[in-house]
Amino acid sequence: MQIARVIGTVVATVKNESLHGRKFLIVQTLNADLKAKGEPIVALDAVGAGVGELVFWCRGKEASFPFKRDETPTDCTIVGIIDSDAHVFNP
Amino acid sequence: MLLARVIGNIVATQKNQRYEGTRVMLCRQITPSGEDLEYTCIALDSVNSGEGDIVVIVQEGWSASTASTGKAGAAIDSAIVGVVDYIDLLPNEK
Repeated sequence: MQIARVIGTVVATVKNESLHGRKFLIVQTLNADLKAKGEPIVALDAVGAGVGELVFWCRGKEASFPFKRDETPTDCTIVGIIDSDAHVFNP
Repeated sequence: MLLARVIGNIVATQKNQRYEGTRVMLCRQITPSGEDLEYTCIALDSVNSGEGDIVVIVQEGWSASTASTGKAGAAIDSAIVGVVDYIDLLPNEK
């Protein structure tokens, strides 16, 4: 799992049937110092995250578990919203 | 999941049985603002995408297999699961 900032939304009318009603967001993964790491990717939202929020995401098959786990094709799902930047304790 | 542009397709008469009836697309990863990146990959289509389309690619075996063939267990690790209409980005990320 990785910390990320939601930096945008993706609108896709045509998508896999199992993804109907689900929200695609663009997330920029961050390191422990909250600095950008790598290129932005697309994540499926499972917690009602919005643009600008600090979140964390889960990768792999487990990313489909928050949804109908036997149907939803995703490899990256937002599973938590971090309260604020100050709530990442990095001594 | 990756943002990518479909840059072509691939014809393979001889392929694994489980790929029967699927379309094999050649894709290049892009940034949210549309610039090309180095990374390219082959992904199976599940949404009737075409050359030039901006798409969302899932890169996980089970998801890719069920999305593109309807069943799990095929040797597939990338599938196109959405065609992007537009992307809204934070102003300072453009």
